[in-house]
Order: sequence, then structure tokens, then C-alpha cells
Amino acid sequence: MSIRIDQSLCTGCGLCRDVCPGGLIRQDERKKAFIPEPRDCWGCAACLKECGYGAIRYFLGSDMGGQGAYLVVKDEQGCLHWQINKNGLHTHIRVNKKEANIY
Amino acid sequence: MLKPKILTTDILIVGGGTAGCFAALTAAETSQAQVLIVEKAHIKRSGCLAAGVNALNAYLPEGETPESYLEYVRQDAAGVVREDLVFSLAQNFNRVTRKLEELGLRILKDADGHYVVRGRHSIKINGENIKPLLASSVAQYTNIRVLNRVNVTDYICREHKVVGVLAFSLEKDVFYVIYAKAVICATGGAAGLYRPNNPGFSRHKMWYCPFNTGAGYAMGIRAGAEMTGFEMRFIALRCKDTIAPTGTIAQGVKAVQVNGRGEEYLGRYAGILSTPMRLWATVAENQRGLGPCYLQTEGITVQQEEELYKAYLNMAPAQVLSWLDSGRNPRLANVEITGTEPYIVGGHCASGYWVDSRRATTLPGLFVAGDAAGGCPKKYVPGCLAEGEIAALSALEYSRGQESQTFSDDEMDAVRVRMNRCFDSRQSLYNAEQTEEAMQKIMDEYAGGIGTGYLIDGRKLAIAARKIQELLQCATEMHAENLPELLHIQEVVDRLYVCKVVIAHMQARKETRWPGYQQNADYPERDDPNWLKYVNSRYRAGKVEIVFRDIVKKGEFYEHSD
Ligand SMILES: Cc1cc2nc3c(=O)[nH]c(=O)nc-3n(C[C@H](O)[C@H](O)[C@H](O)COP(=O)(O)OP(=O)(O)OC[C@H]3O[C@@H](n4cnc5c(N)ncnc54)[C@H](O)[C@@H]3O)c2cc1C
Ligand code: SF4
Ligand code: SF4
Repeated sequence: MSIRIDQSLCTGCGLCRDVCPGGLIRQDERKKAFIPEPRDCWGCAACLKECGYGAIRYFLGSDMGGQGAYLVVKDEQGCLHWQINKNGLHTHIRVNKKEANIY
Repeated sequence: MLKPKILTTDILIVGGGTAGCFAALTAAETSQAQVLIVEKAHIKRSGCLAAGVNALNAYLPEGETPESYLEYVRQDAAGVVREDLVFSLAQNFNRVTRKLEELGLRILKDADGHYVVRGRHSIKINGENIKPLLASSVAQYTNIRVLNRVNVTDYICREHKVVGVLAFSLEKDVFYVIYAKAVICATGGAAGLYRPNNPGFSRHKMWYCPFNTGAGYAMGIRAGAEMTGFEMRFIALRCKDTIAPTGTIAQGVKAVQVNGRGEEYLGRYAGILSTPMRLWATVAENQRGLGPCYLQTEGITVQQEEELYKAYLNMAPAQVLSWLDSGRNPRLANVEITGTEPYIVGGHCASGYWVDSRRATTLPGLFVAGDAAGGCPKKYVPGCLAEGEIAALSALEYSRGQESQTFSDDEMDAVRVRMNRCFDSRQSLYNAEQTEEAMQKIMDEYAGGIGTGYLIDGRKLAIAARKIQELLQCATEMHAENLPELLHIQEVVDRLYVCKVVIAHMQARKETRWPGYQQNADYPERDDPNWLKYVNSRYRAGKVEIVFRDIVKKGEFYEHSD
């Protein structure tokens, strides 16, 4: 379980670094975000939700059965738009923040 | 070299999580007091609520009362609960829930405007943003100040009275000496004591927040505060690998628990179907070679599956990724379930600080709320909020008669040395990571972890006690190069103190009260005549001294007397 940060998409805003409940994300001298110890990630997805540039991918370690899929999310117009990518196929799930869960 | 920074406040809150934020809001709303929250992460998403939660698990719908909730908790926890504490929280569940709704939380309602109930005491919400909501409410008060990215390490005590805390920044070379008229500890529980389900790359993919390292407990233990119920560990029944909650599937689509042969097995482990029994039955099926166990979801509708996806994205997104990555969606394949490593969590079980009815600890000036406070299982989010409120009001009342304290120059010099000790010490052979690994191995093998089916016995516990003490000895010599290393050392030392107390409590309770949570092979039966009481402890001169206390009943107002 961890995240992967694509530094070519990172603008260095630092929001992911601020929000991580484990303080796991740092910024290098160019202000680009990186995670020095990927094994310490809890998988809460807080950092992904902050990143407006889709620079953070969330994946399952192979010890959890990960097989290459990853998750990204965009916070737009009152909804969280989750996208799961597997082998080039995208599954899109929209969750309205103003709606309570049915379950 | 860390340089000192001195702060003073009226009410100091350690940990800006669920209980801490609510305590701050209560203090700010009801008084002019200066409130300071000191938080190791950032209150926007710190603690248990980071990913979101998907229900409020303690609500009293029509037909339920504080009395009926107390009865439910008493049954589920086999009688060893602080009835005064459970009752006082239950009286406030619905009020704090309405307050959360006013802060912006979305709660599912039926056509008549009643909250929709799941199971007996849960209501359905969109809890993805519950922590940002609390944090933005905190930001609206000018008399609340928040210090993010500052880790608290110890209380400052004067004649056993808590008058402040020591802390260090995780961003700059600064240590803090913070004086306060009253302190509220709201640091949550302790994860990472035992070898976790995923011990390798995904070592932090656990159920409880891995960044809640038992700091508040450890600070209290070191300062000599009385602790209770550490033998009642919490072991959760969770989705395999992702360690995501199961209640949403079980109650949402009414999935039953089946074993590897497709048989419903809970009925075989009769008695009352308590939370520990559901876990224990699953462990037992596996031990009998009838595993793995599952939640039977095969055959649910496409629409049900979509709703499950949404619910899990709002609290445990890894579960949805796991379903879609493996192609084994819940509609197509049952969801495998497993027991987690044991946690110490006062909001689910009874372990934590021993408090009076006002939530004052045995150290004057120190109050406690949420998962850090003991005696009161099944608080969940509403109970943590209600307890934050009670603790805040008690702390305010106490603070009115208090003067701020300060260190003398000599004391300040000693603190400077102490806070810099890990930087000044020479390189040691062992670092925090190795120590953590060793601790988790010891706890797993000798103190009833996953590896031994949670079973404990006196001989192994004695080995665990010795080995944890040895580690603690080595840990005092660890060296840090930078702030993240300093934090890691502090966290593992805190966990070791908690382990010490967990072991001592498990040694002390000579019966089996909670299958799995506390299952003693030497004393396999529940023994009400002798053991319907609390196991408490105080740490004195390097030793955990055990104290037994009688059950506190509902109508009693409990005050500390000895
Ligand atoms: C994954 C998960 C799902 C849950 N789901 C539900 C649910 O659906 N419904 C429900 O009702 N309950 C649920 N619970 C239970 C509930 O969330 C917790 O009981 C509650 O949030 C605990 O509140 P707390 O204030 O005690 O701890 P937290 O909210 O975790 O706060 C503790 C805070 O202290 C900080 N801290 C720790 N150590 C230090 C230190 N040394 N210095 C400074 N700060 C420190 C932490 O960073 C954190 O912010 C869930 C719990 C978990 C873990
Ligand atoms: S998923 Fe959560 S724990 Fe992991 S890096 Fe992002 S914010 Fe931190
Ligand atoms: S939030 Fe995104 S853009 Fe901002 S620092 Fe993090 S990765 Fe970079």
C-alpha cells in the first residue's frame, strides 16, 4: 500500500505534504514532492485529494495482491471523481460529497 | 541542536483529532480561555478520521435509551466497564450528532426526516470530510491556536500536578516548553505494537491509525498516572489484506459470515454474539482447518455493488482498488475476512487512562478524552466528541484556580540537554526501525499476536516482559541525525512503554474474559466471582504496579480517593 508521486506533474504547491497524517511527504530543493519511505503510507488518500494536478497515484503493494492498477482522484464541483486505471482501462466512480452513503 | 521556545496557554490540548478538536470547540465556545492544540500532523486530516468514516456508530434511534446502550456495552464487554462513563457519553450521543450535522456533516434521512439506522446504533453518513469539517470549525475561533507538526513527548509535572508539556517541532530545530493551567490528552490509541497483518512493504496498511503510537498513554505511564484495562486489547475483524472495515458489507448488504465450505459458522460458537466472539469464531474456524472465512457477498446486484464502492471510497479506498485490481468484485466473489493485530484503543475497548466521572486522570491538571481514555468501550466517533466536551468543561473549571508555572534556569538547562540527547549521543548499533521490528516480533510471539492465534500464557508473557525491558534499555541509547529520526525514536520508546503495561495487565488477569482479546491458556474460563473487576496499574520506579478496583455502577459519581 502506498503512493507514487510523478514529479513531472508536481507544481510544488506543498498541499499533500501539509495534509499527510503521518507527515510522510517532503519537498526537494525544487519544491517537488517525494515520499522518502513509501512503506510508511497508511493509504488514507488524503494527499491525492489535495493534489489538483493528478500527480499522486495510489497503488496496492504486491504483498496486498496489487497487480498494477492505481487510483487517482479529482475534487471538482462538489464531487470526488475517483478513477481506477488497470491495463489502460479506466473505471470512473463519482461520489457526491453532499450525499450520505446508502450503506 | 534544538533551541527552546516557551509558550503559555490556559487550556492545552495534546492531539487535534476527533476528541481534541471537539474539546477545543467546547472550550472556545463556552469561555474566554486561550486554547492551544498541539498536533503532530495537521488537524485537517490527522488521526483516525483521515480517510473518512462511514457511519456514526453510537447513536440512539427511537426505542434506544442511554440505559439500553449501557446494557448493550456491558453485555458486549462482559461486565467490566465503567458504567458511569458509558452512561454519561450515551446521554450526549444524539446532541453531539446534531452538532456535527450543523457543522456540515451529511447524514442519511428517510422521508420523515429521521436518520436512517444501520444495525442498532449506527447512522449512515458521508463521513469522507468529517475531519476537514471539524478542522475548519476550529479555525473560526480566535481563541484557539493550533500548532501543527509538533510532537508532544512528556508532561511537565510539579508535585505530581501536570502543568504543561514538552514537545519538539517536526519542521524546524525547535523544542517547545508549553505551560498550561490545564492539559487535555487526546492522542488516540496505540497501533503498531504487534507485528501487523502486512509486515513488509504495506506494513502501515493496518486498521487503526499507524501514526497514533500510544504517545499519550506512554506520557501518562511515565508520569505515574493510573491506567486501566490494558489487557482488553482490540482485535478487529477486517477485510483481508486491505484491513478495511467489514460492518458496511455485513450490515449494508446483509452479508453473513461463512467458512471455506460455505457454512455459516457463528451459531457454533454460541453464547451471546459479542464483538469478540465474532472475531474468535473466525480464528477458531481457521484453526480447525475450515477457513478461510468470508462475508458472503456473491450474487449481490450491480446497484448494491456500486453503493458499496461509494461507501468504501468514503472511508477505505484501498478496498475498492483491491476489488477492481483483482477483478474479484464483491458481486463475483465473497470477501475474505481476517483478524487484525491487537491494538490498544479506548474507544473500542476499555484500555486507557483511569479517570473520575469528570474525565480527570489521577494526575491533577490532566484530563483525557477519546481513544486515550479508558473504562468505556464502544465510544466511537460520537462518544469521542461527547467525551471531548466533558473533558473540556472539567478542564476549564479546574483551570480557573490555577496559576501558570515556569521552569527555573537550572531546570531549563536540564530540559535542553534532555531534548537534545538523541542528537548528542554517539552512533548506536540499533536504530528505531530495528527496535520496532524486534518489539513487534516479541509481542507477536510471546504476548498473543496474530502468529499465536492471540492466545497468551504466563510463561510466554514472562519472556515478553523480559525482552521488552531489554529493548527499552537499548532504546535509551539510540542516536538521531534529523527530526524524522528523532520522531521515530520517540514513537518506538512510547510503544515500548505501552507494551510493558499491556503485558503486566495480561499477566494480572487470571481468567479469560474476552475471547481473543484476552484469552489466557492457563485460565481458560471466565471467573465472575473473582474477576468482575478492573485491572489497573501505576508505573513507579521502573515497575508496573497492579491495582484492582471494584466495578463503578451507573448512578455513582466516581472520584479518585487513593
Ligand atoms: C479506520 C477507522 C475507521 C473507523 N470507523 C468508524 C466509524 O465508521 N464510525 C465510528 O463511529 N467510529 C469509527 N472509528 C472509531 C473512531 O474514528 C475513533 O474512535 C475516534 O476517531 C478516535 O478519536 P480520538 O480523538 O481519540 O483519536 P484521533 O482522532 O485519532 O486523534 C488523535 C490525534 O492525536 C495526534 N497525536 C498522537 N500523538 C501525538 C503526539 N505525541 N503529539 C501531538 N499529537 C499527537 C494524532 O495525530 C491525532 O490527530 C474508526 C476508527 C478507525 C481507525
Ligand atoms: S495516502 Fe495518506 S498516509 Fe499515504 S502518503 Fe498520502 S496522505 Fe500520507
Ligand atoms: S499536492 Fe500535487 S502538486 Fe502539490 S506538492 Fe503535492 S504532488 Fe506536487
